[in-house]
Parts: sequence; structure tokens; C-alpha cells
Amino acid sequence: MSTETTAPVKKTAKDFASDQDVKWCPGCGDYAILAQVQRVFPDLNVPKENYVFVSGIGCSSRFTYYMDTFGVHSIHGRAACVASGVRATNRDLDVWLISGDGDSLSIGGNHFIHLMRRNFEIKYLMFNNQIYGLTKGQYSPASEKGIKTKSTPMGSVDEPFNPLELAIGAKSTFVARSLDRDPKHQQFVIKRAHEHKGTAFVEIYQNCPVFNDGAFFTYTEKETKKEECLFLEHGKPLIFGANNEHGIKLDGLKPVIVDLSGGASTDGLWIHDETDRMKAMILAGMFDNPAHAGHMPRPFGVFYQEKRATYEDDLHAQIEEAKAKKGKTPLDKILSGDKTWVIA
Amino acid sequence: MDTIEKKAGKTVEVRHAENVVVRFSGDSGDGMQLTGSQFTDTSAFFGQDLSTFPEFPAEIRAPAGTVAGVSGFQVNFGSKEIYTPGDEYDVLVAMNSAGLKSDLHKVKKGGIILVNTAGFDKKNLNLAKYPEGANPLEDGTLSGFTVYKIDVTKLVKEALTDTGLGMKEIERSKNMFVLGFLFWMFDKSMDYTIGFITEKFGKKPEIMNANIKALRAGYNYGETTEIFTTRWKVDVAKMPAGVYRQITGNHATAIGLICAAEKAKLELFLGSYPITPASDILHELSKYRANGVKTFQAEDEIAAICSAIGASYAGALGVTTSSGPGIALKMEAMGLAVITETPLVVVNVQRGGPSTGLPTKTEQADLLQAIHGRHGEAPLPVIAASTPADCFDCAYEAARIALEHMTPVMLLTDGYIANGSEPWKFPSADSLKPINAEFVTETNNPGGKFLPYKRDERGVRPRTKPGTPGLEHRIGGLEKQDETGNVSYDSVNHEKMVHLRQAKVDKIADSIPPAHVDSGKENAKLCVLGWGSTAGAIKTAVRELIAEGHDVAHVHLRYVNPFQKNLGEVLAKFDKVMIPEMNLGQLAMLIRAKYMIPAIKFNKVQGLPFTVDELKVKIVEILNSK
Repeated sequence: MSTETTAPVKKTAKDFASDQDVKWCPGCGDYAILAQVQRVFPDLNVPKENYVFVSGIGCSSRFTYYMDTFGVHSIHGRAACVASGVRATNRDLDVWLISGDGDSLSIGGNHFIHLMRRNFEIKYLMFNNQIYGLTKGQYSPASEKGIKTKSTPMGSVDEPFNPLELAIGAKSTFVARSLDRDPKHQQFVIKRAHEHKGTAFVEIYQNCPVFNDGAFFTYTEKETKKEECLFLEHGKPLIFGANNEHGIKLDGLKPVIVDLSGGASTDGLWIHDETDRMKAMILAGMFDNPAHAGHMPRPFGVFYQEKRATYEDDLHAQIEEAKAKKGKTPLDKILSGDKTWVIA
Repeated sequence: MDTIEKKAGKTVEVRHAENVVVRFSGDSGDGMQLTGSQFTDTSAFFGQDLSTFPEFPAEIRAPAGTVAGVSGFQVNFGSKEIYTPGDEYDVLVAMNSAGLKSDLHKVKKGGIILVNTAGFDKKNLNLAKYPEGANPLEDGTLSGFTVYKIDVTKLVKEALTDTGLGMKEIERSKNMFVLGFLFWMFDKSMDYTIGFITEKFGKKPEIMNANIKALRAGYNYGETTEIFTTRWKVDVAKMPAGVYRQITGNHATAIGLICAAEKAKLELFLGSYPITPASDILHELSKYRANGVKTFQAEDEIAAICSAIGASYAGALGVTTSSGPGIALKMEAMGLAVITETPLVVVNVQRGGPSTGLPTKTEQADLLQAIHGRHGEAPLPVIAASTPADCFDCAYEAARIALEHMTPVMLLTDGYIANGSEPWKFPSADSLKPINAEFVTETNNPGGKFLPYKRDERGVRPRTKPGTPGLEHRIGGLEKQDETGNVSYDSVNHEKMVHLRQAKVDKIADSIPPAHVDSGKENAKLCVLGWGSTAGAIKTAVRELIAEGHDVAHVHLRYVNPFQKNLGEVLAKFDKVMIPEMNLGQLAMLIRAKYMIPAIKFNKVQGLPFTVDELKVKIVEILNSK
């Protein structure tokens, strides 16, 4: 008998691709996100059978069918609830929630905020294309005010949500933002989300080439990306620009851009601290319309991370405590209750 | 046979009765529910059969003293078999004017009315909206009844004056005084209630002593005061031998679910959102953390059912509990459980509708919603509990069907049996039917991909647990290809799947016991066909009429979808079929459609159960018609 053991063959991205044809529109940002998730998964050291994808309704939510893992394509807005039930039942499962801006913020808005505060360990990827794609082009709660769509021919009069502010406000313990057209950044953020013990909320700017083409080109395209994006790194000063010539410092609670060109010192710049909730809120609030003069850049990366017990761990702790304190009640005792009488 | 007893220099007539209906009516804050349940438990421990009907206002503290704020508790106890809380009251205890006003019309002719006169001052009479200057205690309203006027408030104050308690606390004990008096009147022991008070207030000895003192004062008041010259004697009931407990429907539902999960070797997960009258199931199950029961109070009804679906998907027994309005919100998610073929128990404790309707009152108007309430062809089994204790069997059966047939199941109970209670000869854990809830661990398609929708001979798909290597697959709300479960928009496949899902539910009829005649002959002139909580009233009415020589029978349905296979044959043997329902004729519609028989509807939609008398009058009318 051989004593040699062979290490399990490392999975590849292909192992996570299901046999179903991917049916998003050509050029859809969803393809890139699917590719990054499949690329990252072999590195995560999770047995393949333990992954569970749960999604709602919308273009993004078809994601589930394209992963060769366990998965539930549920109903509109309710993926958070289904995923919560999965995690409450089995903490070995690595649960990923795929949703869009309409699914998460509109019909699922209630569940979104409650998932954040409960902090189930769920990786939440919200593909934000600022439009309803699958119903063919109505504005979403993330669409810019004034957007002209099929349902708003004169322009929408709705003020949009700022999803990250909403998540932090709802007591999310992990908040990040990434871009469909930046594979490396996405992989980094996906891995960070996976490491988080709690609800990890990741907003991914995703282009809808059919109904809202170019909504994020300011941040994704070469010509403007470096001037408009601020990539966050924990412990590093906030610096951006084509030649890193801009920095950000805090004037009280107000972020201010400082000029670093000509080799000015980076002393006094805002140093990113992922554990600072107040500052994360200020970062999330950097949500200016890039067309406005004097606007702030849009931050990407991990805004905030906090260690807090998950709902399911607290639930199990209660169960263990109850078991230790009073022990399991036998069925016959449950059936009889405390007070019985005998009829002879 | 009535007798005379002489005690302490007082002559008392003792009336013997087979059963007595007592109604406690007072303000929401008067402790009527507690008084009623103590009286009930004492009767049960003595060995009498009984049935209760608590009734409370929808408001937590409706304005004190008003009719809207009346809280009532009705108990029918006796030495014969009792199936309903009783149509009319032998004894009404009215703690205030509003209690009398609200319930006087249901006191039997010649019945006893016990009033707390302190509740009949000008202020209370006004609050109860008696006309200015009118007082029912003095104006002849109560002639024809035996009226006991007791200034309970004053007597309690006197009895407790040296306890050092404040007036508020003293006043709170007046229900104990009344209870003590009733214990004297019905010759019942105070031991059970003294034990209860000792346990409940053990840590507050002054409150404990005051309550016991008030209870004894009430008892002694009956025994020593000359004016009370009648006592009642009700014998022990001849019930089947065994060990009994008292149980409400909601409690029975809760422990039925616990037992089912344990028998199936699964974890029980309840996703629920508070709603009257279903919340007590959530409360009860929340006590069983030590048994691994997971209760999740969700943010809304939809989250509640979806979390239960997620839990079931992950390998638990997923359950959600609610009432009509909440059930309406859950319907889309039930459709998801239907198309994914995920086991799930949905408990609907029905209440008066539509919309918020009558939240604290009972109704059976969700039957069609249960069976047909989803969009698309979305069949699911529906079973209905008939009594408080039957909720246990039905909850257990709902879970069994859900797990063994991979389907959501709806259990219908209603406010009447959910809050009502009865003695229950509970089963032993060993005697419960086994539940087979196996998960597949190996592929059913060697050499190929696992086929999550490949069915067995019952049309049931395999149950998997995420985390099982090699069985990775996706399920979801989109129509799926037969066997593979892959998304399919193929029109012929869709029709095939619609038929397969329907056939799976229809085949459940193969594994349930056949319909039978509960009382009467199987070819009687008239069959009274019921479902759910009308059972007690129908059974009592039919048995009484049979005893009076009428040719009538009773068939009662637990399985309302699918119907039992022989139901058509059973019904065909009767000349006529009559269907009493607390709705406008929902079962009647289904029976007429399925069996093409001219079922006669008899409906009551008043938020109240049928009385035996109402049923008897109608049955006789039909028997006498051509």
C-alpha cells in the first residue's frame, strides 16, 4: 500500500462554470464580474460543494445559473431573506448573494437594511447599473435624478440612494465598491469580502450597454479614470490623479483636495482607516456629480470593516447556552407539559 | 336530581348539571383571561371535559369601561363529552357595566348573573353607553335572571386592608375574589389556583398573600352569606382513561412542529412576523432553543417565509406562521416553494378579513386563498385542524407531507381553536408516525450530471443538502426542464411540468386515510359536511339530533386539498349534503365543482363560531324540506 498522498488538484476558473449558456447581452458588465468570481474562487480554499449562490430577480440575478455550485435563483428582492435562512441553518456554507440596484434598493430595500444590521455572514455583490435592465429600461432607485427613461420621459424626479451611505447607515460591517472594468481591483475586493466574518457588501459599478450605456465611463475609461477615481488602501494617504498629483485632507469633517504637484509633502493627508466608521461615512458621501466643477473624486476599495458577531453565531451561542443551562427537553416532556392529570 | 345540603346553619340547594357554561366578562385590565383559565384548569384537573373560548378586543387597552374594551372568557365544562364552548351562558360574571351590556343577550333564560356593583356607578354606566339615568341593575332589565349583586371592589378592599398594599394593587385582586366565589358556587377546590399564585408571585410575598387572601375571601363570602342559596354539582366526565393535559391550538401547533422535526431528524426553523392570532406559535417555539429550535423574527411576512425557504433548502424543516393578511403577502414566495419543490410548512391561523378585518375574531374565509391563492398553476396540499388538540396532529401531518412529498403545505387553523383550549390525551413520542426525510448523497445519474428533478413513483424529486459533493445544481423560480432542472422556456415542457407538479400533489391522496362518517349512518338523509373548527359544533348538533331520532350524519374534512380519494363515494350515499362554513361557501364551491352535487350552503360570517342551536335549527329545516 502506498503511503503517498496526492494533494487535491487545485480547481480552476473553469471548474466553477456551469454547463449553461450565459445569456447576458453582448458587452454587458456582468460577464466581467462572473469571470472575476470564477477566477478568484480556486484561491479561496473552500470546498466547491460548500458554495451557495442566492440571487433575486434581474439581469444580475441570473448569475446563479452560471456558477457550477449550489444555488437558488429566488424571487424579486428577497435573496437576502433566503440567504439568511441558509446561513442560519448551516454555518459551513459559503453564501454569496447576487443582486442588482433595483432588486436590492427598491423591492428588496427592507431586507437590505435588515440584513446589514443582522450581519449574517453573506458576501453581497450588488451590481449597480443604475437602471432596470430585465424590464427593459426604467429608472432605478440608484439612477441619477433627471434621467430620461421609458417610464420617465420628462426625466425622473426621484432623488437616488447612495448605496454605501445606506449600507453604513444600516450598520453594515463591511462596505466596498469596485468596477466591472477593473478586473484586478474586483478580484482584490472579492477576496477581501470573502475574508470578512459578517455581511460583506460590495457595490460593483456595472455597465448596461443597452439601457444605460456609459453610466460609469467617467470612472472606468482610461481618459478620466485616474482623475476621477480615488483608490482606497488601508493605512495609505488618499492620493489620486494621473500623476498622483492630488491629495485629500480633512478640514474638520470636510474633505479638501490639495495639490501635490511639484513634489509637495504628503504630510497631513487623510490616511485611510477602514475601521473608522465616521470617516467611512464621509468617504461614502463623496458622491458628487463628476460634471460639477470642484467635485470630489469617487472612492473605490474597502471603505469600512468592523468586527461584530454575526447573527448566526449569536443564535448558535444562545442554543449552546440553553442546552448547557437546561438541557434538551425530551419529546415526551414537551408533549406532557408541566401539568397533567389522570383519568382512570 | 337536585338535593339540599345544610352546612354552617345555612340551607343550600345543590343543582346537578351535566354541563355548565360560565362566561367571565370585564375590562381588558380586569384579568378575565387569567380568571377564566384558572377556573378551566381547576375543572380539568378535577376530571371534567371542557372547551374554552377566550375573546379579547383588538386594542391592547381600549378605553377602560367601554364595550369595546370588554375582555371575555367562556368555558363549558361538564361530565359529558364537550365539543364546543357552549351557545349560551348558564352563568355570566360581569365585572362592569360594559361586560353586562356586551354579553347579557347570551345568558340563558333563568341563568345566573353575578355583577360587581362597583362597576355600575354613574361613570361606568355612561362609559358602557347606557341611557342617562338608566341602570340595568335597578330597572328590571335583569328580571327573569337570578342576579347576585356583589360589591366586589368594596369587599376586596375590606379583606385586604391590613396587607399594607396600595389601592391599585388591592383592586387588582378583585378577580381572585370572584374566582373564589365561583369555586364555592361550583364546589371546586382552591388548591390548583393557590399553587399557581404561589408559583407566580413567590418572589413578591405581599402580592402572593393578597391574592390568596382575596381568593379565600370570595370562597368564604359564598359559604357564609345568607343570600347565596344555590350551588352546582357537576360530576367528573367519563373520558377515555389516560393521562391528560390542557392545551390551546397555537400551543399544540408549536409542539406538533417540534415533534415532527425531531422525528424527521431535522432542525426546526421558524421564520415568522408577529401577527394576531398567530404570534403565540412564535412565542412558544422561541422557548425551545435548548432543543435546537431556531426562531427568526423577520422584518416582514415575506422575509419570514423566504428565510424559512432558505432554511429548508439548507436542510432544516422550514416553517412560517401567520394569519390571513400575512399569508397574502407570502403568496409569491409560496409559488417559489411550489416550483422549486421545496418542503415548507405554512401555518395560517385564520381571522376575520378582508384586509385588517377582525383581527381578534375567527373566520374560515381563507380556504380558497390557501388552495388557489397563487398565480399560475401552483398546487399545494392544504390541511385543516378541527379542534385545539387536533392542531397537534395536523401540524405534525403538514410537516410529514411537506418533507415526504417535497412540497409546501398549508395548515389552516383559526382564531377560535388557536386560542381555545381543551383537555388532550397526548400521545407518547414513540407512538408518533415516523417521518422519512432522507437526503440523497449520491448522484442519481451515474456518469452524468445529477438530476434534481428526476422523480420517484410518487412524483417526488430527491432532496439534497448544499454541501454534498458532486450534487451541485441550481434551482429557482424560472420554469425548469424536466429532470435536469435547467431553465427552460419550452412550451411543451412547461405544460408537462405543470402536470407533473399537479400530479405530485394529487398523489398525496394515496397516502392519507380515507374519509369516514364521524356520526350517523352512512346513508343518512342528510350529511353535514364540515372542515376545520366547525367540528365541535357540528358534532354536538348532529349527535343531539340523532339522539332525538333524526336521520343525519356528520363527515368532517382534515384534508381539503387534495380531497380523500373516497370522498365522492362517501358523499354520494346521502340524500343531501349541507356544508356549514364561517365564510360565504368556499368548501361548498369546491365540493360542487368536484363532485357535481348540489351541496346546500349554510354560512355565518360574524367573527364567531356557529352555535349548536343554529346548526340544529338549520339541519331540521333541511330534513323537513322536500
